[in-house]
Amino acid sequence: MSAPNKSYDPVEVEALKPEEIERMRDEALAAFAAADSLDALQEAKVAHTGGTSPLALANREIGALPPHAKAAAGKLVGQARGAVNKGFAARQEELEAERDARVLVEEAVDVTLPHDRIPAGARHPLTTLSERIEDVFVAMGYEVAEGPQVEAEWFNFDALNIGPDHPARGEADTFFVQGPQGGTESGVVLRTHTSPVQIRSLLSRELPVYVICPGRVYRTDELDATHTPVFHQVELLAVDEGLTMADLKGTMDHMVQSLFGEGMKTRLRPNFFPFTEPSAEMDMVCYVCRGESVGNPDRPCRTCSSEGWIELGGCGMVNPKVLAACGVDPEKYSGFAFGFGIERMLMFRHNVEDMRDMVEGDVRFTRPFGMEI
Amino acid sequence: MRVPLSWLREYVDLPATETGRDVQAKLVSAGLEVETVEHLGADLKGPLVVGQVLTIEELEGFKKPIRFCTVDVGTANGTGEPQEIVCGARNFAVGDKVVVVLPGAVLPGGFAIAARKTYGKTSHGMICSGDELGMGDDGSHGIVVLPPETEVGKDAIELLELVDEVLDIAVTANRGDCLSIRGVARETAIAYGLALRDPALIDVPAPNAFGYPVKVSEPMGCDRFTARTVTGLSPEARSPIWLKRRLQKVGMRPISLAVDVTNYVMTEIGQPLHAYDRNLVQGTIGVRRAAEGEQIVTLDGVTRTLHAEDLVITDDRGPIGLAGVMGGANTEIADHDDAQSPTTDVVIEAAHFDAVSIARTARRHKLSSEASRRFERGVDPQAAAAAAQRTVDLLVLLAGGTADAGVTEIIAPSAPHSISVPADHPDKVAGVEYGRETVVRRLQEIGCDVYGQDELIVTVPSWRPDLAEVNDLAEEVIRLEGYENLPSTLPKPPSGRGLTHRQRLHRRVGRALAGAGYVEAPNYPFVSEQVFDQLGLDAEDPARRVVKLTNPLNDEEPALRTSLLPGLLGALRRNDGRGSHDLALFETGLVFLPREEQGVAAHLPADRRPTDEELASLDAVLPEQPRHVAVVLAGAREQAGWWGKGRPADWADAVEAGRTVAREAGAELAVRNGRYGPWHPGRCAEFVVAVDGAERVVGHAGELHPRVLKALGLPARTCAMELDLDVLEQVGDDTPQAPRISTFPVATQDVALVVDRPVPHADVEAALREGAGELLEDIRLFDVYENAEQLGEGKKSLAYALRFRAEDRTLTVDEASAARDAAVALAGERTGAALRG
Repeated sequence: MSAPNKSYDPVEVEALKPEEIERMRDEALAAFAAADSLDALQEAKVAHTGGTSPLALANREIGALPPHAKAAAGKLVGQARGAVNKGFAARQEELEAERDARVLVEEAVDVTLPHDRIPAGARHPLTTLSERIEDVFVAMGYEVAEGPQVEAEWFNFDALNIGPDHPARGEADTFFVQGPQGGTESGVVLRTHTSPVQIRSLLSRELPVYVICPGRVYRTDELDATHTPVFHQVELLAVDEGLTMADLKGTMDHMVQSLFGEGMKTRLRPNFFPFTEPSAEMDMVCYVCRGESVGNPDRPCRTCSSEGWIELGGCGMVNPKVLAACGVDPEKYSGFAFGFGIERMLMFRHNVEDMRDMVEGDVRFTRPFGMEI
Repeated sequence: MRVPLSWLREYVDLPATETGRDVQAKLVSAGLEVETVEHLGADLKGPLVVGQVLTIEELEGFKKPIRFCTVDVGTANGTGEPQEIVCGARNFAVGDKVVVVLPGAVLPGGFAIAARKTYGKTSHGMICSGDELGMGDDGSHGIVVLPPETEVGKDAIELLELVDEVLDIAVTANRGDCLSIRGVARETAIAYGLALRDPALIDVPAPNAFGYPVKVSEPMGCDRFTARTVTGLSPEARSPIWLKRRLQKVGMRPISLAVDVTNYVMTEIGQPLHAYDRNLVQGTIGVRRAAEGEQIVTLDGVTRTLHAEDLVITDDRGPIGLAGVMGGANTEIADHDDAQSPTTDVVIEAAHFDAVSIARTARRHKLSSEASRRFERGVDPQAAAAAAQRTVDLLVLLAGGTADAGVTEIIAPSAPHSISVPADHPDKVAGVEYGRETVVRRLQEIGCDVYGQDELIVTVPSWRPDLAEVNDLAEEVIRLEGYENLPSTLPKPPSGRGLTHRQRLHRRVGRALAGAGYVEAPNYPFVSEQVFDQLGLDAEDPARRVVKLTNPLNDEEPALRTSLLPGLLGALRRNDGRGSHDLALFETGLVFLPREEQGVAAHLPADRRPTDEELASLDAVLPEQPRHVAVVLAGAREQAGWWGKGRPADWADAVEAGRTVAREAGAELAVRNGRYGPWHPGRCAEFVVAVDGAERVVGHAGELHPRVLKALGLPARTCAMELDLDVLEQVGDDTPQAPRISTFPVATQDVALVVDRPVPHADVEAALREGAGELLEDIRLFDVYENAEQLGEGKKSLAYALRFRAEDRTLTVDEASAARDAAVALAGERTGAALRG
């Protein structure tokens, strides 16, 4: 754009004759109409609206007109330019629509093609199920406690009221660690349960203690469809003033509701464990049939074998002897504990039929479980 | 413990309509784990009758001997004529009484009987064996031969009590009393609120001075010894059908009358008994500790060398029994047919031994018997005299013996066990208000004597030695009131602090690796020591020092892993063998590194908190157990597809996995060319971090050594990475600092530097960074190029894109160039890099 012209030519300029302006406009519109592509249209636009186009030149000449002629000429040129711009926009829209209808269709792809250049990885369901359980309790205020897997017998047995001559000690299917120079006596075992972590927690934490202890444990079972010598447990320990069996039951009910949905509940059956007194076996309502398969042969339940209940694990009130071994006053404090196997829960929660699938690391087994369960 | 319902009913008047399932439910709710209810004879249908063999014709010309028999079954077949039956067994003779199943009957297992042609004859039924009747072998190894006095034509279903229900109870270690019908009957009576007819409540004669002489030198190990004598036993006497059947139902094999009777009474009352042939016992029976090295041959024929703590029964010669565990062969009763001198006189022992002593002996000699199992778990000492009397009674009744008037009874005085417990203690344990009255009533039901008001003095019954503490009593009250009636309340834990840094890192690493396409494969930690050779470790490599198990599942793999690689590579091989060839696996887990000084963990007491020093001494003998992370890769890392070619997994993927882990840990991980056993010497990265200012190698990554691949049978070009995750956690920074984001324009400069081939990129980049100074925002290697013609022999070109930016102004071209020149200059000085001309 040139700067406005303050002086004017006293000679009237012929170029701004109305018919001349109309011709320029019509030529532009005709050029747009003739353009058969967006590129051609762009060229026509430059030719007819660009800085050196006839209309632009005409516009520039308005400045040179005497004042009385400026208004009329300005209006004339302005209308013509408006029509040209409008014509351009209309043609552009036409051509774009044409392109969309033709070119983008030509560019179409098959979006169902796979793109698994790097197939997705996955975490093992034993890991993620354990974390899921941990999270339930962490949300309640519990903390996750860990401990060694190669453990002193005192932590694994004695402190849990399983003395050297306790029948349960012989029944524990324990892996024993060799002593110095290959001797048989080391006082060290592969932990047979995660309970030694409870002992370590009581010894090292301030009361009250609310912990959850997940981890690997070991027993001398051969691997088969329902046994594995290396498996995973989650145990819980709460030691506080005034804890009761009703608290234990409520905590378990909360857990199964969190993991299996509203309306779930647990059942306690008396049992015996050296480290709890009273002790109980813990069952949960079958989350699939909710007990409706019991005595109902038309609707058998595979998950609970139509028993209505699924066995979860053992629990009870912490034996006062265990508290004493950890320096906790049983007169003042009481506690509850429970524990269960992750493998078992994975089996019934996710329909795993063979324990070996969980230990062989076959990627076909693990992939469907993704990042979290 | 197997409990026939018919036997249980003898002591508890259960309603006739109660089924085994009903009783199971009641007992389960009271705390006895009734695992199964076996319905004997459920699908059994007669006619099944007693017959007498009249004639036997041996059929010739078949592969095995076959007999064609005629059997008198009375009128059971409707005709009264002898029944013609073909039989393949041979353990019976003409005149024997046998069990005959007639056409129309159905034997256990749905085996329908009909007249059928076989071996050229028509067999109208079968002569039955114990197995065919579903009662187990009775010792005859063939056809059941009934006592001669059995009446022909009698219904055998009733005679042999073939229809019954048997509860199988998994008795917990504390409930020795329930290893008897008596104990289970007591629990049943309580559960139903019915009276118990206690089989141990029988009249017993008072002890006197003329019983068989017994001397107990070890009253701590044996606080009670009852001896009774029965003489004149008939060698021909056999166990009656009912006795055999009960033993079979509880899972014992009938052997001989005297043995069967002692087994029967032990099952009934729970008191283990032993019968000695009186004529083989020489002099006084004694109870003492064994002399170290002393020997005994036990009933199972094994010669056992005794330990000084073993409790033995002796006569004048020496040990005649391993007390409470197993009798000796030298005084074994002989009442079978072929015995040279059948036993006619027996001495019955009913003693009570210390549970711990028996448990140790049984464990020491790896000899668990019905007797030791009971003594370990607790036997009612007060029932010994009754059990001895019951044995005497049965021997007199069934074997025609005479009870000797002498009664020996040696008792070490002891007070009954009393516990003082607040009356509201069960309420406090349960979180339920039962009230004193209920508590007292429940304790009385289980046989306790209870006195007192708010503070109860509870004397526990002799058959419940497991009731020792206040919580034991609370449990009894709560279980009888019903665990199913406990309310559900939630405690209020104090606010927790969430997961620890280490726990969060563990999760993050798993997610990051899975996000990068790795599949988690946790493995057993058991390894062989040969695997270290296969992995190419030096003889002196510390990873060869392992924790070993005394009782590994597999003798080939007695050690615990010091590296995750053996297990993870095994998983890779397994997957590859199953047809998955493009693999990326990871594992996080503990490895086990023995201490320099190996020790033995002390046996600390458990009745008090050990001192901190004692606890530290335990930890000091445990191996170090750091958490490692590892990945292994084989096959394609990127798949071929419609988009083009794939890319095989290579050393760089493995190294990048290490960087991924370090990034999650917020740890600065230096990567250097390294060399370590399992890896290809030219394609091994060493990971280094600074721990307290000192460099520490925390792991390796790269392509595995071809020799390792061959030794372990792995796919070509398998790659691996392993890192100590705990060290990364320790040096990691959990709180990254936000950078200042400048909005001024960026100035980019590319440089191509020629260096000697062995110069690592990492060194060049470090020099460029340092030389470029503060204005450098980012640097990226975008090309590596080798061409001897253009660059010269042994050279390579590294091309970097440098991005410069200032926080406070637009950089001029001169400023950016000056920074670049400074970077190149320092790289030249440090690494010999020259700008590519």
